[in-house]
Amino acid sequence: MADIAEIEQLIRTALPGSEVSVQDMAGGDHLYAHVRAPQFSGLPLIEQHRMVNSAVDHLLGPGRPIHALKIKTEAPQ
Amino acid sequence: MIITEEEIRQEVLGAIEQNRIMLFMKGTPEMPRCGFSMQTVACLQDAGANFAAMDILPDPRIRQVLSEHSGWPTIPQLFIDGQLVGGCDIVTELHESGQLKEMVGAAA
Repeated sequence: MADIAEIEQLIRTALPGSEVSVQDMAGGDHLYAHVRAPQFSGLPLIEQHRMVNSAVDHLLGPGRPIHALKIKTEAPQ
Repeated sequence: MIITEEEIRQEVLGAIEQNRIMLFMKGTPEMPRCGFSMQTVACLQDAGANFAAMDILPDPRIRQVLSEHSGWPTIPQLFIDGQLVGGCDIVTELHESGQLKEMVGAAA
């Protein structure tokens, strides 16, 4: 079971100025993160996703609180 | 015949280098063995992509050397012009926005 508020805070800390919303999709360990961050501007999606993943890397994977993390990223207009 | 990890690495890196659009997946485009791989193949086909594919399931070392190279843990992984584009989520998003069609059609 993942702590949603903690995960949101980890992403916000890694990406200062970002807007982060994490939702539980199934069972408390399949999560969806919607992240809008100025740091994403001009970067390929893969690099945007890497930035989000690396913020929560230690919680992600088999036997850890997050089993799957679906990510949607965008840069502010 | 014994295949070494180094031979697998050469096979994987060679596939990325030699195929402009290279998909590593579970199963084959004709018979995907995972929903995420299936969806990624469907996006590529719908975008009109002419792509090569490698099944990572026959030997666990394929996935191991691939993820060491890409720094990306999950399968599928799509490469275009030698660069990792992403997995199922990213390919789907690029397809829905119309960018995938441009990427698979653009000259190398």
